[in-house]
Amino acid sequence: MKLLRDTSLIFNRQMQLLLRNPVWILVGVFQPVMYLLLFAPLLKPALQVQSNAAAYEIFVPGLLVLLAIFGGLFQGFGLIAELRAGVIERSRVTPVSRLALLLGRSLRDVVSLIAQAVIITLLALLFDLRVFIGDLLLAYLMLALISLMTSAVSYGVALAVKSEDALAPLMNTVAQPVLLLSGILLPLTYAPGWLQGIADYNPFSWAVNGTRALFRGDLGAPDVWQGLLIMAVLAVLAVAWSARMFARSVR
Amino acid sequence: MIETRGLRKSFVSRQGREKKTVEAVRGVDLDVAEGEIFGFLGPNGAGKTTTLRMLATLIEPDDGSATIAGADLRADPGEVRRRIGYVAQGGSTWDDSTAREELVLQARLYGASKSDALARAARVLDGFQLSDYADRKCKTYSGGQRRRVDIALGIIHEPKVVFLDEPTTGLDPQSRAHMWDEIRRLRAEGMTVFITTHYLDEADALCDRISIMDNGEIVASGTPTDLKREISGDVVRVGLPMEAVAAAAQALNTYKIETYDDSVRLYVEDGAVAIPQILRALDAADVPLGTIELHRPSLDDVFLTKTGRSLRES
Ligand SMILES: Nc1ncnc2c1ncn2[C@@H]1O[C@H](COP(=O)(O)OP(=O)(O)OP(=O)(O)O)[C@@H](O)[C@H]1O
Ligand SMILES: [Mg+2]
Repeated sequence: MKLLRDTSLIFNRQMQLLLRNPVWILVGVFQPVMYLLLFAPLLKPALQVQSNAAAYEIFVPGLLVLLAIFGGLFQGFGLIAELRAGVIERSRVTPVSRLALLLGRSLRDVVSLIAQAVIITLLALLFDLRVFIGDLLLAYLMLALISLMTSAVSYGVALAVKSEDALAPLMNTVAQPVLLLSGILLPLTYAPGWLQGIADYNPFSWAVNGTRALFRGDLGAPDVWQGLLIMAVLAVLAVAWSARMFARSVR
Repeated sequence: MIETRGLRKSFVSRQGREKKTVEAVRGVDLDVAEGEIFGFLGPNGAGKTTTLRMLATLIEPDDGSATIAGADLRADPGEVRRRIGYVAQGGSTWDDSTAREELVLQARLYGASKSDALARAARVLDGFQLSDYADRKCKTYSGGQRRRVDIALGIIHEPKVVFLDEPTTGLDPQSRAHMWDEIRRLRAEGMTVFITTHYLDEADALCDRISIMDNGEIVASGTPTDLKREISGDVVRVGLPMEAVAAAAQALNTYKIETYDDSVRLYVEDGAVAIPQILRALDAADVPLGTIELHRPSLDDVFLTKTGRSLRES
């Protein structure tokens, strides 16, 4: 099928370029690893849990979701560089599927995110985190959906604003409240009621709860399917919108 | 091969609070024949790139219609894309890719199989004399090499029509001459080539026909020779000893003539044909001849007549 073929062409090129400089994947995990090593030890007393393992069960999923959100939201910068180089325009005069131009790129972002997630999970295993492989794979699916959505949004916005100067503050403005209101770094269990009320309207809060349930081994929790469903719907919407931006005029 | 009627495009740009509408292209009619090099000559901001981007399906016209290589631009942009190639003014290569990678990808985006794409890439690399650097990253290329890669990317799928937006801007004279040869080669291979330029000599030497564009409108179209002839014809200046001027004017009274102290100027259709006749007429009348010069109007004269400005100044 043409879409599949086109997507894999774009994806392969993007992967090839990424693997030419794999150091960026490592740079990307540097910050979360620092959080893992330097911030997490403070958590056991703060979260009032029994063991390090229990603290990591809460913290690591949040960290991964955070990485997925931010990693995705900042992919737009790479696209602006491509716009400037004329690569996007060159693709747009060919009959290539516009959806493939987006999907090929977003799937690369998903793959690089999952690679980073694996690195962080492995490190966390050293700190006594334990999680079933099946649950972990579902958690990775959640992360993949988040990163698909955020990177698609970032590409769409990048095509709309066309400049790094506009993209950076925009993405930060979106990301900060999303981050603070989702209980990503610390669960909102002890938050005042109004804050929890707001968080209920934050889709990422549902994603984090779902991911935490999976890391707890609580596959049956409604949080899991609710989180996955919300992320899947949003990812589809984001991809549809962003693909339209690719189809529209650029520059 | 390309036919447009009434193409229009305006942009709304914001400056602070104010919205300003720029009418970039205001009603362009073009007829480009198969197998010719057609040139779009005009100063900065004339609307050349905007017209090309419309024809290449990158932006939608506000109004008007166009048929390109038999496909209707408004009704079937997908088919237009399959039949044309487009090389943007600003280049199109990625720093960290090699020319071969870019070419193979481009061919595959046009639907070629992997082996076909590799063969095509090798062929155009050879054709554009890029084989020696084909596997080096694009960022290491010189400006001229990189421009050749751009053009190779635009024709890798052997389109019927290729649009080249300022293919030689920024190149040194030798690279420009090379590029002209490449472009003539594309014509020889049967492609219709549509280029934009603001170089007068390029339009003159390279293009079979041109349209001069200014301020979003086409002010003149035709072969460079016809356009120049149309405005004034050639001027032949005959330098003479002062006392011979009157006799010369008498001998050449069938021409449109102006007399000066030491010369006469004749306005003729085609100087190359007129000069031998003039010489014979003067000889027959025994007028002693000093010098003879032919001044042919340049495309700049054409531009000046049509717009009141010189292309060199604008
Ligand atoms: N996306 C855009 N938004 C607003 N104005 C635009 C846009 N693209 C072009 N213009 C304006 O339209 C006019 C025509 O621009 P265009 O790029 O077509 O000129 P050009 O003939 O290609 O010039 P040059 O020789 O400098 O490349 C200019 O005034 C330009 O500022
Ligand atoms: Mg231009």
